[in-house]
Amino acid sequence: MSKSYLILSDGAVYEGERFGAERDATGELVFNTGVVGYIETLTDPSYWGQIIMQTFPAVGNYGVIEEDFEGKCACRGYVVREWCPEPSNFRSQYTLDAFLKKQGIPGICGIDTRAVTQHIRECGVMNAMIADRVPDDLSPLKALNISGGVREVCAKEKTLCPATGKRLCNVTLIDYGTKRNILRELQNRGCAVTVVPPTTPAEEILADHPDGVMLSNGPGDPAENTACIAEVKKLLGKLPMFGLCLGHQLMALAAGGQTVKLKYGHRGGNQPVTDTQTGHTYITSQNHGYAVVSESLPVGRLRFVNANDGTCEGVDYPEWRAFSVQFHPEACAGPRDTSVMFDRFVNMMKEVNLCL
Amino acid sequence: MPLNKDIKKVLMIGSGPIVIGQAAEFDYAGAQACRVLKRAGVNVVLVNSNPATIMTDKALADEIYLEPLTVETVKRIIEKEKPDSMLAGLGGQTGLTLAMQLDKEGFLEAHGVRLIGTNVEAIDKAEDRQLFKDTMQAIGEPVIPSDIASDVETALRIAGEIGYPVIIRPAFTLGGTGGGVAYDNEEMRAAARTGLDASPITQILVEKYIAGWKEIEFETMRDATGNAIAVCSMENVDPVGIHTGDSIVVAPALTLSNREYQMLRSASLNIVRLSHRQGHHPDRPGLPAGRDQKRGHRQDLRLLRALGGLHRGEVPQVALRQVHQRQPQAGHPDEGHRRGHVHRAQL
Repeated sequence: MSKSYLILSDGAVYEGERFGAERDATGELVFNTGVVGYIETLTDPSYWGQIIMQTFPAVGNYGVIEEDFEGKCACRGYVVREWCPEPSNFRSQYTLDAFLKKQGIPGICGIDTRAVTQHIRECGVMNAMIADRVPDDLSPLKALNISGGVREVCAKEKTLCPATGKRLCNVTLIDYGTKRNILRELQNRGCAVTVVPPTTPAEEILADHPDGVMLSNGPGDPAENTACIAEVKKLLGKLPMFGLCLGHQLMALAAGGQTVKLKYGHRGGNQPVTDTQTGHTYITSQNHGYAVVSESLPVGRLRFVNANDGTCEGVDYPEWRAFSVQFHPEACAGPRDTSVMFDRFVNMMKEVNLCL
Repeated sequence: MPLNKDIKKVLMIGSGPIVIGQAAEFDYAGAQACRVLKRAGVNVVLVNSNPATIMTDKALADEIYLEPLTVETVKRIIEKEKPDSMLAGLGGQTGLTLAMQLDKEGFLEAHGVRLIGTNVEAIDKAEDRQLFKDTMQAIGEPVIPSDIASDVETALRIAGEIGYPVIIRPAFTLGGTGGGVAYDNEEMRAAARTGLDASPITQILVEKYIAGWKEIEFETMRDATGNAIAVCSMENVDPVGIHTGDSIVVAPALTLSNREYQMLRSASLNIVRLSHRQGHHPDRPGLPAGRDQKRGHRQDLRLLRALGGLHRGEVPQVALRQVHQRQPQAGHPDEGHRRGHVHRAQL
């Protein structure tokens, strides 16, 4: 293995060794605190444009299992302390290294990822590169603008996905880069799902007469998706809606609220979220760098807050029969403790359409 | 949760002699509980037959009885000390069994002693294997095929249905002695007899013997409002069948994918919510090693031990506790394991 470097745009340089694809990478360096779930993390389209760093030091122990993929591998690079060349799991197909080579994603190992994480927590997320030599001038890296992710990972055409078992309702899923388990969770609850590209006009969605609309997760800064927000705005109040992650942010922006970039985001499967209505605290899966500023919302009611930093994790819009969560009730990777959110959405559709 | 002012004097049952899987961890947990109770101004009476423990240090409890852990001794201590509460969840199998016996005889009620932390119903659910099995089936969590028998003929019939090898576990035995593994009818006849004789209620559980499966544990915690978390997962480096005392346990589990990990985590939390216990619970769902996918869903789910939530729902920071089971190595042609007792400190 050859020597390689993880270079942060503020000049910090960490020496490691290459694995995965043999090429350089640039992107926004973010850390994920999950212990299990690297397969789902690597295939989560919301990581588009980012270099993922795992704080857990041993990665790849159970190999790569293709049926667990959540979507397209859209990240730019992968940083680990140690990757496992001899996986042990009865479903394992091949190694992490083989996966990264196949996907063309460069990786770097031998990095003290917890030290780098502390640096990011101190200084905030920043651009970084994986390269074999340290460039003299870091200003291009610093200036690198990573935007337009939704366009890259979203659905390009309309697809119909049947319900598992008896069909109870029709849901339109606006795909900004959806994870597959969102679709499965809906299908398993008797929803026939129409997946549509984010550019689909609201009129076209309404013309299909769905029982509800779901807004998926997706990458990047929510505020840059002005066209998508405009369509969501036209849908609000027309039918039951459930927004998740980026979908949650887009719903808040459509409702007239604001979003803000977090210093280092929430990524991992151990984020505590408190339901302000019941007082219960759930352990959730999360992956976001932006948050809704709940005070900025002219409508709606703050429902969930992050128990660590108090940021907004979910909003109810009772007047519109809509709600949204910042965390990932579909899990994959992470705890399934909040999967009841999908039940809530289905019940909301049932209430509106009593014949269901 | 507010402090329960009714609790003034607590009798705590210690863990007794050091056997593998017991004592050292319980001593630690017990010592922690002593500190928590004393800090809250509660008078602590401790009974433990083992003087070589930290918890029997004079600084930790107010009254210490170095006496045998028997029903008679504990009754005598209750009569003399007149505690208002008893904490049994820290005494290992011995403590729980004593508490059960005292409660069933009506002794606790007659002397105005209430069991705090883990209650009788919860111990019953965890300790009575049939009740546990029924409870698991009611919430849709799979368990290893098993059935209970009160005589040798029934035991043979069950073994025939499940298929050999099977493991025999006597009900309500102190320290879990009297169990064994049987590979055919002849061995079954002897093992069932031994097991029935060892059980105070002449009852055994005949269960599929799962040597070779992967052994995973989850440490979970819940509070009185139903919030529950998995503190950590653990994985035995060797499969079921190799004594944990001869093996290594790593935390967290490293060879489970997210799907398997979350399935077992959710199962552990379902169980802990159902059992109405507060505090710390090591649950041990199992996952078969190897490539047999169908069996991947047939986890062995067991409640092992309860640690009470104490009077404030406050759980002392109990250290990781290994689950030990002295079971023969899979397929090991060692005479000792065929004839020997299966000592199960936990079950």
